[in-house]
Amino acid sequence: MIEISGSFWIVLTGVLATTSCGLLGTFLVLRKMSLLGDALSHAVLPGIAIAFLVSGSRAILPMFIGAALFGLVTTLLVEVFHKKWQVQEDASIGVVFTALFAMGVVLITAYAGQVDLDQECVLYGEIAYTPWDLLLWGGDSLGPRPVWILGGVLVLNLSLVTLFYKELKIASFDPAMAASVGINATLIHYLLMGMVSLTTVASFESVGAILVVAMLIVPGATAYLWSDRLAVVIALAMLFGAVSAMAGYFLASYWDSSIAGAMVVVVGGIFLISLLFSPNQGVLARLWQRLQLSLQVAQDHMLLALVRRDEEVEEHAKLRPDELVGSAAVWGVWARMAFAKLRRRSLVQQADGLIGLSAAGEQEALRLLRKHRLWETYMNRLGLPEDHVHDPADAIEHFISAELEAELGAEVGDGRDPQGKQIPPSGIEG
Amino acid sequence: MLENALRFMTMADANVRFVLFGSLLIGATGGLLGSFAVLRRRSLVGDALAHAALPGVALAYLWTGSKALPVLLAGATVSGVLGVLLMQFVINFTRIKADAAIGIVLSVFFGIGIVLLTHIQRSGSGNQSGLDKFLFGQAASLVEDDLKVMSVLAGLIILVLILFFKEFKALIFDPGFLQTLGYSTRWIDVLLMGLIALTVMVGLQAVGVVLIAAMLITPAVAARFWTEQLNKMVMLAAAFGGTSGIVGTFISSLAPKIPTGPVMVLVATFFFIVSALFAPRRGVLARGLRRRGNARRETQQHFLRACIELQEKIGEGRAWPVEELAIELGHSPDKVKRIGQQLAKAGLVARGDGRFALTEAGLQEGLFVVKSHRLWEHYLYYRAILDADHVDRPADEVEHLLTPEIIIRLEDILARERGIDPAQIVTLHGTGSQYRRGGRE
Repeated sequence: MIEISGSFWIVLTGVLATTSCGLLGTFLVLRKMSLLGDALSHAVLPGIAIAFLVSGSRAILPMFIGAALFGLVTTLLVEVFHKKWQVQEDASIGVVFTALFAMGVVLITAYAGQVDLDQECVLYGEIAYTPWDLLLWGGDSLGPRPVWILGGVLVLNLSLVTLFYKELKIASFDPAMAASVGINATLIHYLLMGMVSLTTVASFESVGAILVVAMLIVPGATAYLWSDRLAVVIALAMLFGAVSAMAGYFLASYWDSSIAGAMVVVVGGIFLISLLFSPNQGVLARLWQRLQLSLQVAQDHMLLALVRRDEEVEEHAKLRPDELVGSAAVWGVWARMAFAKLRRRSLVQQADGLIGLSAAGEQEALRLLRKHRLWETYMNRLGLPEDHVHDPADAIEHFISAELEAELGAEVGDGRDPQGKQIPPSGIEG
Repeated sequence: MLENALRFMTMADANVRFVLFGSLLIGATGGLLGSFAVLRRRSLVGDALAHAALPGVALAYLWTGSKALPVLLAGATVSGVLGVLLMQFVINFTRIKADAAIGIVLSVFFGIGIVLLTHIQRSGSGNQSGLDKFLFGQAASLVEDDLKVMSVLAGLIILVLILFFKEFKALIFDPGFLQTLGYSTRWIDVLLMGLIALTVMVGLQAVGVVLIAAMLITPAVAARFWTEQLNKMVMLAAAFGGTSGIVGTFISSLAPKIPTGPVMVLVATFFFIVSALFAPRRGVLARGLRRRGNARRETQQHFLRACIELQEKIGEGRAWPVEELAIELGHSPDKVKRIGQQLAKAGLVARGDGRFALTEAGLQEGLFVVKSHRLWEHYLYYRAILDADHVDRPADEVEHLLTPEIIIRLEDILARERGIDPAQIVTLHGTGSQYRRGGRE
């Protein structure tokens, strides 16, 4: 019984921390401030250590004051080093957070007797002890303390983001517009940094620095691969955070390892899956789009080869399949795939082992040829010598829309192209 | 503590010598390569690489069961490089920006590393204590064999660095030039990344993955304040890094509980702050002083110009009362007195009876300033087509900066294009600047 409720409290703590981080992280990623988030979550360490030393306890208020102070110091130092001391921005982030983190580690180890924290715990937290860290009220247990703290922080973050949603959104996407409609960008910046500091502190002792860094960056970036709408990205980021907290717990108990670490592994897995399979941004989708495009280009080139041969011999010429495949200027397998596609579209027909254009194929081919020669002529008019216009036209002919074709036709007219070849007339119905 | 210090100072203990040599090596290679990493804007990539090395250390141990440094470092290199490649892939293939890509690789690989380390620790398949020093580093644990590995790596790094110094230099300052020499910038970049990776490996055991990036970044940034020359910067960064290594090791040898890495980082940070404040040209103090000197020179030159313009308005050879100068300059009388005293000390004005008059030297300098001012006004009016009432203010600022060469060119342009006689620009009996009153004709 205690085992089950213990797991529940641990998972709940994880979910509360990761959803808070996912919510704020979305804005950090959008504002290209992920590394400042990273720096912040390292740099609050000395603040926490000093608060421990001064107050002698894990009370949240001194810890928050200490951490918020150092969060502010980090932001200010990075800015001073970068703007006033003329250090490159990435380098000044690097100098500041490593120095502060080093200071924190030295404080913790030097006062190991007084500070109930050790350096490993700083990195990956003590979430497993959550069920025993109870909040007491007049002798009665109200449940684990971290759950209350992280729950409070999540509610606060949600309310602030809801309250300032419009401001955050405009300041993130279009700082110039934000300034012109009277949004105080500096205020929004420090509001966000303040929320990140608070969340970092609240998460620190239970989930550790790495989980905070990972959850501030990875869920937001992952969600950004799936959607273009801010509200959806935020919801997805929080979902990804929650899912990795839950799955991470079970992974850790299955494989006996750090719970916070396992949560990071899961969110990394979600990122990898998104990287591969997201419908617009995913690697597979991109590769598929590229394949489709190169097949299209290969087909176009084959049609053009046939129609040019027609023009030369002034009759419906035919090519051997290998000649045709050779004209596509792509690698063998793709050329054969493109050829198969042409046949499926009934743009070519085969007789006596030779390939020729069908009626539909001829129309399609002439339209391509028209686009090609219009572009050549246009480039020539712009001053490109006639022996330099073929290659650009070869590259662009596949992308000229009907509207652009009409515009080019109006600009160039139906004449001859720079090599003196006839531009096929428009008005062929496709 | 005293005993520890003594042990350290006398270096009687072979172990102390190893540790010292090791930290020197780490600091120096970190500084050397860090200069290139920082100038190429790859400083945080080094951080990602270091974090990404952790799972490699753990996996190498899991697979081979060996804790020998070469084995662990081989694993670290593979996973570190894999991390950087993945990062580059994410930047190139998706809309995710570099900062987030660095953060993703850094945190996720580190998370994997932590999972593996804690698993090794708990599964009882081995004692983790040999591995967890890779988190924060433990210089005290360096033994002779480790040093051999580190020396070989450092030697390799320095050799490649010397061989490709020119190429790296071109990569940083002028990649286009590198291409015209027939090199592929991409491969030189990859080579540099490889060296950065090896540098991280040199320091991994003693400084740890969390903070090794600081040994790349901080000494290099500190060195940047002292010089504008790459080879000097590289040497200086190596010296800062090496010194941080030695001092850091010494300090942490006094308190063995404190891990070495953080202390080395703090010493390097100290060098950074001292450099940033006190470096002669780029330092904060030097720049502050220079700015103050410039501001002082500007107010003094305005004072001289005011004397000449009063002279133009009212007549020759007079000493000007403080009150009149104060109105002309828009300062308080006290401030006018103060500036006047500075100028009197420099021999540019003479004072007496609450009045100031230009000396011969003051007159010459004043004339030069007035001429600069008016030439610039003309230039803005004719060439930049500013309105007549918009040229005085910019000229106020620029008059202090014009060199005699620029003056000659301005005179030449205005004489050729507008027929303005340079001799008529300041005459001491004219009516002053023609641009104070109205708009464009």
